[in-house]
Amino acid sequence: MSAPSLLVSASPHLGAGDSTPTIMWNVVASLLPIVAVAAWFFGPSALLVTAAATAAAVATERVLGHRGTLGDGSAVITGLLLGLTLPAGLPLWMAVVGGVFGIAIGKLLFGGLGQNVFNPALLGRAFLQASFPVAMTTWPVPAAAGTWWALRGDNFAFPFTSPRVVDALTSASPLGRMKFEQQPTALLDLVLGTTTGSLGETSGLLILLCGGYLALRNYLNWRIPASIFATVAVLAGGLHQLDPRYPGALFMLFSGGLMLGAMYMATDLVTSPVTNRGCWVFGAGVGLLVVVIRIWGGLAEGVMYAILIMNALVPYLNRWTQPRVFGARPVEPAT
Amino acid sequence: MTDGAATGVAAQTPEPLPEPAAVRPSSLLVTLGAGGAVAGVLLVIAFGLTLPRIEANRAHALHLAVNEVLKAPARYDTLYVVGGALTKTPPPGVDPKKLEQVYLGFGPDGRAVGFAVGAAEPGFQDTIRLIFGYDPRNRKLLGMKVLESKETPGLGDKIEKDRAFVSQFDGAQPPLAGVKGKRAKPTDVAMITGATISSRTVIRTINNALGRLGPLLEAYRTEN
Amino acid sequence: MAELSCHASMMTTSKDAPPREDLAKGLWRQNPVLVHLLGLCPTLAVTNSVANSVVMGVATFFVLVGSSFLVSTVRRWIPNEIRIASYILIIATFVTVAEFGLQALVPDIYKALGPFVALIVVNCIILGRQEAFAGRNPVGRSVLDAVGMGAGFMLALLIMGSVREVLGSGTFLSVSLFGPRYEPWVIFVLPPGGFFTLAFVLLAVAWHKQRQTARARARATDEAVLVERVA
Repeated sequence: MSAPSLLVSASPHLGAGDSTPTIMWNVVASLLPIVAVAAWFFGPSALLVTAAATAAAVATERVLGHRGTLGDGSAVITGLLLGLTLPAGLPLWMAVVGGVFGIAIGKLLFGGLGQNVFNPALLGRAFLQASFPVAMTTWPVPAAAGTWWALRGDNFAFPFTSPRVVDALTSASPLGRMKFEQQPTALLDLVLGTTTGSLGETSGLLILLCGGYLALRNYLNWRIPASIFATVAVLAGGLHQLDPRYPGALFMLFSGGLMLGAMYMATDLVTSPVTNRGCWVFGAGVGLLVVVIRIWGGLAEGVMYAILIMNALVPYLNRWTQPRVFGARPVEPAT
Repeated sequence: MTDGAATGVAAQTPEPLPEPAAVRPSSLLVTLGAGGAVAGVLLVIAFGLTLPRIEANRAHALHLAVNEVLKAPARYDTLYVVGGALTKTPPPGVDPKKLEQVYLGFGPDGRAVGFAVGAAEPGFQDTIRLIFGYDPRNRKLLGMKVLESKETPGLGDKIEKDRAFVSQFDGAQPPLAGVKGKRAKPTDVAMITGATISSRTVIRTINNALGRLGPLLEAYRTEN
Repeated sequence: MAELSCHASMMTTSKDAPPREDLAKGLWRQNPVLVHLLGLCPTLAVTNSVANSVVMGVATFFVLVGSSFLVSTVRRWIPNEIRIASYILIIATFVTVAEFGLQALVPDIYKALGPFVALIVVNCIILGRQEAFAGRNPVGRSVLDAVGMGAGFMLALLIMGSVREVLGSGTFLSVSLFGPRYEPWVIFVLPPGGFFTLAFVLLAVAWHKQRQTARARARATDEAVLVERVA
């Protein structure tokens, strides 16, 4: 996004010192520990998948985007986030397809950074999920392959071919096990991340820490994750009280992509509301949809669709929650 | 036009547009009625011409399905479910097509091999319609075939296309139970990874249909 | 179906157009789907395989040509007030005949097409051609127009069906193209894939038209410059 030549906003004016690139590169830095832990659990496969998604996102931005938009780092974030939502054993060519789709269709088609309606990384993932449902739901078990170096799937499948079945141990995700087999997963495993899942779905604790850093620096609006967590906790806790067959609040919070989605994707500066009240409503909507999809939907996980659906409502939220101009009175309708 | 005249603006308006020649309502009715009559005649002709083929197609599809789930019986009878029992002849005055039907297959020696039963329940995307063969004497299934489903291509549609899944129903003992991984007992059916809902629907459909019709099928055998 | 409400008064050609033009315009220059964006409901809904697309295209072609012929033949006897009702009566008759025919000839595809065969009644292309052309032109021209428009609809469906089946199943008319190792892009046989494919097809058509216009304009400028120089 080129710097606007004229800024129009209400006084008083005070320079914040932060620019789009500062924020974006801070987000990138806060994502690196999560990538590192993913690599710790899933070996080189994690790095390969994340690198492929990121490279594809950056290359697409470079080729199709306006000149000079690479420096703001937003394409890197999209690529990293997309990579973190993918399973470790995914063929690299599929990760590349996701990165290209996310940037080209999800962002540049709308006019580039600041114009997109939906989170580009999630759009990329949604496209992959609908295109390659089998590969996207084959979850390798972390730290279960013989050595750290072993690939967790057929990462190097030739483009446009199906991945070969390799010996890596796979298992249903904790959410899938809960939903279809009524088998809960130990909470400690969910918090530390020693469960199956996509790369960034594993360690809830670490994501909380990294996201917390961004919230402290005020690079993300803490009200969104707070509102999501509160809604999910209240709804899931209440349902669990009514019928213990439903999973409890802590399981809901720490399983699946909820942590990563709440901290990094729902808080995307472009696709979240601009007002604080709007952020509370937005978060509550995401939380409600997540619980509804997870418990009554056909799918085990619903964070991706919940955020995408609420993304579409952001313009309305902005309008409804617009602050009143100081001293202005609502206009009486003329009789 | 008439509004303008009423409010006195008519003086300023130029020549009113020529009104189309008044049409009598009766002529409209006659035209539409004649058109409708011609259309009706055409449709009856088309229906009469295509009906034999359509019925033959339906019978052929049914024949294929029954053949598959009863392992190619020498012949089969159509039985009707009437008032909690099976009967060969539908009661008079009732359209036999509206009654629930099951098909009783016979081997080359004239002995009954089992029933083919159609059933349907909602799956992941849309209703899954299937037909299965059931041998009430030995209380085991003879086969299963999905007739209609809109499950996700590559995932849920394995309930029709995955031979390993479909063949499990040959000889399985109801009531069936879906299991993850390998099947251990004759009542087990190994579900398809990633298509648990579709697999469960097939299992549930058969269990429910047998829960409802099983006693009827067994009773019919003992009467003969 | 909101399609009925769309404008039917466009797409007329001048009275003195040559018969070739009546026939050809529907195929590309005034293609009902690719240019006028009519009949999008079946274009999106049933094009997940080439076979479905072809059968849908043929059924619509049959209804369109039959209706145009009949409407044009009896146009003098239809009072203006009930012309739409009469057109619908004629179209619905042909659709029902087509439905019987498909059921008898291709029962499997008829099942796959679901309710969309019956919905040909409300396909805007067909009513649009009756209102815009067949209701006010002689029989010969009306049939030519219907054949062109029907073929244009078939062409659009065939493009959609080919892209979606090749990408989404790796086959063409159920013949495997890339061998068993090809990973199909399932999304293309699902509803969202229909929207994506249509968007890209329309993008390609628009881009092609833009280039043609630019080229024609450049040629015109060149000629003008040349004329000036010669003068």
